[in-house]
This record gives sequence, C-alpha cells and structure tokens, in this order.
Amino acid sequence: MILTGRIKTALQPTFRYKSLLAGTVIIVVFIAISIYAVVAMPYDKAVKAWNTLDYWEDCPKLAYPAWVNNFLTKKLPETIVLDSRAEGIKVKQPIPFGGGVYIKIEIPFSFEYDEFPSELALRFYARNITQAVLVTLTWVKPDGTELTIMRESLSSEYRYYSVSADRAFQAQYAKYIKEKLGESPAYDISPEIALFAKEDKSILSPDTREVLKGRYRVVLVVSSPNNATDVDIKLNVYGRVFGLAGTDHKRRDLWLAIIWGAPIALAFGIIASVVTVFLEMIIAAVSAWYGRWVDYMTQRVNEIMLVLPFLPIVVMISYFYRFTIWTLLVIVIALSIFGSGVKVYRAMFLQIKEMPYIEATRAYGASDLRIVFRYMIPKILPTTIPSIILSVPSYVFLEAALAILGVGDPTAITWGKVLDEAFSGGAVYRGYYHWILEPAFCLVLLTLGFALIGFTLDKIFNPRLREM
Amino acid sequence: MALAIIVAVYLTIVIANAGGYVDEIVISELRFNVYESLRTNPAYKGYPPEEIKKLAERIIEQEIKRMGLDQHFIIRSFNYLYNALTLNLGRAMKMFSSSGSNRVWDIIGERLPTTVLLFTTANVLIFACELLLGLLLSRRYGSKLDKTIISLAPLSSMPGWFYGIFMIIIFASWFGVLPYGGLVDAPPPEEPLLYALSVLKHMVLPLLSWSVAYIPIGAYRMRTFFLMFSMEDYVEYARARGVPPRIIERKYVLRPVLPPIITDFVLVLISSWMGAIVTERVFNWPGVGTLMAEAIGINDAPVIIGTATIFAYLLGVSVIVLDVVYALVDPRIKVGE
Repeated sequence: MILTGRIKTALQPTFRYKSLLAGTVIIVVFIAISIYAVVAMPYDKAVKAWNTLDYWEDCPKLAYPAWVNNFLTKKLPETIVLDSRAEGIKVKQPIPFGGGVYIKIEIPFSFEYDEFPSELALRFYARNITQAVLVTLTWVKPDGTELTIMRESLSSEYRYYSVSADRAFQAQYAKYIKEKLGESPAYDISPEIALFAKEDKSILSPDTREVLKGRYRVVLVVSSPNNATDVDIKLNVYGRVFGLAGTDHKRRDLWLAIIWGAPIALAFGIIASVVTVFLEMIIAAVSAWYGRWVDYMTQRVNEIMLVLPFLPIVVMISYFYRFTIWTLLVIVIALSIFGSGVKVYRAMFLQIKEMPYIEATRAYGASDLRIVFRYMIPKILPTTIPSIILSVPSYVFLEAALAILGVGDPTAITWGKVLDEAFSGGAVYRGYYHWILEPAFCLVLLTLGFALIGFTLDKIFNPRLREM
Repeated sequence: MALAIIVAVYLTIVIANAGGYVDEIVISELRFNVYESLRTNPAYKGYPPEEIKKLAERIIEQEIKRMGLDQHFIIRSFNYLYNALTLNLGRAMKMFSSSGSNRVWDIIGERLPTTVLLFTTANVLIFACELLLGLLLSRRYGSKLDKTIISLAPLSSMPGWFYGIFMIIIFASWFGVLPYGGLVDAPPPEEPLLYALSVLKHMVLPLLSWSVAYIPIGAYRMRTFFLMFSMEDYVEYARARGVPPRIIERKYVLRPVLPPIITDFVLVLISSWMGAIVTERVFNWPGVGTLMAEAIGINDAPVIIGTATIFAYLLGVSVIVLDVVYALVDPRIKVGE
C-alpha cells in the first residue's frame, strides 16, 4: 500500500506535465515494439534473415507500404505468388508411344489492380530429370489471348527464369503487336506490361496503356522422356506495395528493420548515456575529492580529450576493426568519459566538497570512497537525470552517423543502416520516400520522446535554471 | 594547450595506426610487390625458386629497413608524430588529387578550403543569429515569440545532417528549387560571379539544416545568459540612475556576458567540426569529410589517417584561437598565465 502511494506521488508530475506524459507514451511504445521484436524473432535469427537474400525472394523490390493504396485512386498491385505445389491443377499423363510423361500445370489467378506489376519471375523445381525436358509456358489473358512466354529444354533440377528480363520475349511481343494493330508502339513494352495490358490502341503509348483486369491463366506444359519426372513451378507476380513498411532494393521487408531498430537504438543510446554520465561523475568526484596529482592528471587528460577529434577517431577505429555494434558501444563510452562533462561535474563537486554535511561524514570517520560514492555522487544525481535522458538520442544519432559514413556494423539491423542504404541507394532522387522516411521518422519520434521527457524533467529537477 | 594538441595528435596517430596494424598492411603489400616484380622480370626467368626467394627476402629486408619499419612501434610512432606535425602525411594508396598528386597533404589541401568555407560561414551565421535572437528574446522576455523559440529548443536534439536529409527531400525532391548537393552546378559557370552564386545556391540547404538544428537552442542559451546578467545589481543601479537602455544593453549586459558566450561558441565549434563530416557526406559537399567517407569506401588507410590528423589540427587551432580571443575579451584572464 505504501509502495503504491509512493508510485502515485512519483507519478504525479507526469500527469501535471503533458509533455512528460507524451514523451513517456512515445518511449513506452518503442519499448513495446522492442519487446514485440524480441519475442517475434530472436536477434540472431533476425540478423541472419536480414542478410540472406533468398529469404526475401517472394517480396517485391522497392515496394511502397500496402496502406498507400488507401490514399490512391489507382490501386497499386500487391504481390501474387502462384505456387503449383499449393494451388492450381496438375495433370500427369503418360505419353502413349515411346514412353515418358506429359505434365500440364494450370494456375488461374485474378488481377484486379489499376497498375502494372513491377516484375515477374518464374522458378522451376523439377525432380528426376535424366534427360532434357521440353517446357512450354503459355499465358492466357482474360480476353482469351494466348501468349507463349517461353519454350525451352530444361535439364537442371532448379531454374530461375526472370520473365521481366526476357529480351527475346519482348522483341517477339513487339512484332506481334505490330502485326495485330498494324502500328508500332512508341516505346519498349516490357514483359510485365505486355502480359497485363489491354491489346488495343491504348498500348501504343505509355500514357494511355491500361491494365486488363480479370482472370488470368498460366499454363505450363512439360514433356519428359522419364516417367518419374515431376515438375513444380512458382510464379511471382511482384507488386508495387508490400506489408506495413514496404521493401528496399534487396526485397527486404523494412518492417523487420523498423521493429528491430527500436531495441538496438534504445539499448545503444541508453547504455551509452547512462554509463558515460556515471563514469564522468565518478571521475569528477574522485578528482575533486582527492585533489593534488589525481586532480592534476585528470585535468590534463581532460584537456587532451577535449581537442581529440571524436568522430574521426571513432570512424577510424571502426574502419580498422569492423566492430559489432556492441564493441562500438564500449569504444564510444571509452572515448566520451573524459571531456566537458567531467569539467562541469568537477566544478560542482568542488563546491560540494566544502559543504558542512561532508565535514560531518568525515567527522564520523567515513572512508574516502564512502564519501565519494555515498555522499557526493548522490547529491548531484538528480540534477544529471535530465541530461542523461537528453543525451540518449545523440548516441543513437552517432550510430546513424557512423552508418552514413560507411563504417557501421555490417550485419546489424539499425535505423541508421537503413537510412544509409536508402540514401546511397538514391531513395531521395528516385522517389522511394518510404525507404528513407521510415527510419528517419523512427529517429525523430525516439528523439522527440526523450527530448520531451528530458526537458520537462529538467524543469522539475532544476527549477532555478529554467524559470527565466 | 599546445602540448595538449601534440598529445592529441599523437594519440590520433597511435589509434590510426592501430598499434602497428597499418604497418602490417604496408609490409604485406611490400612483400607482394617485390615477389610480383621478381616474377615478372625476365632477367630472373631462369633462376631456381630458392634463389629468387632469397633475393626477394633480401630486398624486402632492405626496404623494411629503409622505411624504418624494423624499429619498435613506439619509436616509429614518434616518427609518425614528427611527420604529422610537419604535415608530412605520406602518400595515398589509391586516391589522387585533381592535380594528379598522390600525396595525402595535396589531396586534403585541395578539399580543405571548401570545408572551411561552408562551416566557417555556418558557424558565423549561426552565432550571429543566436546572438541577435537571444538579445531580442531577452528584451521581450515572456512574449509569444519568446515562448515559441523556447518550445523549439528540443529541435536541437537532432543533428544538423539529419535535418539535411529532410531539407533535400523537401527543397530538392519535391519543390526542385535547390540542388541535391555538391559544390557548383555541372558544368561549372565560367564567370567568377556566376560561379560564386552557384556555390552560394549549393550552400543554402546545408546552412538551413544547420540553422534549424542549432539556432533555437543557441538563442535560448544566449537569452538565459542575457537575462542572468541583466538582473545583476549593477545593472539595476544603472537603470535606477537613468542610463539609457541601449547603453545598458551594450555596456552593462553585453560586455560581461561575452566570456561565457565565447566558451559556448568554442564548444559548438568543436562539435560542428565533427558534424561537418556527416553533413558533407549527406550534401555531397567536396570537403574533407566527404574525402574521409570516400577513402573509407575504397580502403585508403593513409588518407583516412591523414584526414583524422587534419581534424585534430583544425580542432586544436580553433581552440587556441578562441583561447586568445577569450583572453582579449576578459581582462581578468591574461595570456600565458
């Protein structure tokens, strides 16, 4: 009961200051996201997935978040994955004379979007192939038009075939359109447009071309001389939107980076700022209390560290050793414990040292260390809490800065890394704003949360400094 | 203070060489080169492999001695320190200056003016804005403007380069009114005046992003200083005596407030040199920071070390200059005390 009462009094300022409440809500949300990330996907698994290209083969490249469709009149397509192992009709017939097997796979799907898909890719998974098999892939549009996409002999168990990159089909289709309409299109019709466009006058210009909505069919015919042959296909009609956060240039779901960026940013920022401030305080207190040569040395070291170029040195160190983010944390702390912080705290401790209550502790025979840790540091602790909180974002941004300079942890999933990849991937020039704005807004929100809490606490703890 | 700078440069060098790690790279590269040149030299074609190996080892040993790599690292680190202090930064592995030199100093020296141009302008501009705004706010203490600026202070929790990204998106991508980055238009204008204008146009966004990041908090601090000093007894007395407010402001408030303001400026300057690296990278500004990022990209260790050393210098020089200014402004402090 007493405890709840205490918590209530402790939380009272929270309700009095709206900004403190808002800041707390933001940070709590980030903590919740962090917990969700840790529960949903353990760190090593997430890192492995993030750095494995195959893991993302079903995601579209550079897709916008799916919710943008709510604001668009022309609906962008989502990714459609057609897997013959899960759907479609597969017919297997023995070939009557000469042996062998004839497999026909037919997968229907409907396409009801207003924009063309971004890319098409086909994967063959075959079993028991002793000799080359003949594969024919036919595309049937809703109006009944049939297009033969590929016809080739296949002799390996796995084949990846990028329909979008098939120049032969593109050339063939251009010829076909010329014959059908009696006119050549004014641009190169890429395969994903060829397969989904209405084949009338509108296809001749990139401004008027339209998507033919309706039920499409993909028909694959395989004839193999071996009776045991079995073939499956997976056709990916990559869309232009994906998931909650969209994807990047390596098809990776940015949502993973957003949620896993939160715990890393929080841990990095909070550990760095708390440990740094505490070490600064201890050094300052020891230096002020013992005085003489200890003080002298501390001040000299301090002066040196003040003119040491912090960022270039961190950049250099991480360039040579390619640290993981946690080693980097140690380095950052080690380099920032001396500096202006120690100077400020030392000045405070020099005043405290002369206070009567310190004299009293000395009178009862307290040891030096006891005075430093039990009486001097706790005295200024409350005044430093705001600065601890306020400096959290600066460490998060330090990590981001290192990533932007290309020396971040190469495997870690951080917002800074996504920001760097988006920036060097030309997200700004090419209009993939979601790619760069998502990590940026996460950083902004996190900073806002800590800044709101920090500035309000500063008002509460150090009223004299702020009343002006 | 000068000693502190020397020690700082020395530390930078020790860290830069990663306790001899870089020399390992140099030696292994040397070995490779010697073997490669012997292998491709037709004069040694008929030699048995052992002979060639012996010959190679001898040449390598000579080279190591010539470069002074056989000494202990501590001795070598002092050699490096001497070289760094005399700005003899060695030669780059892969990079060239636009004049074709591969001396690190030439490469950096070519980039230094652009860095200094941008960030001196930025610092002076920001300092002036802070000072004027701070003065204005302290005069209108408690007004709406005052409250607005104070509520903007948390903006400074984010670094200038980060605002740069937003600035690029807003002004370069959406409105298309300002360039994405770089120093001048491509191709650069012939006429010097147009050239200067073009550079100015490219400076707008970096300056703007830094202003957003650093002016509100700076103005807030300045205002606090002014308010603190304008509540001193002697100011009250001057006011009671009927000294005009303008003179009170200039002689009684602005004068004593200068030392802390200059300290403040030093701290901001120091952090700005650091932020400069990332800001340059974001805006593709061809300065020392971008050079460092490029050197990281193509693994050119001497350039990286050289840049870090130069930054140590820049920092040291700015601190010394401001120390002198401090002594000039505050009569209680004497130079060389």
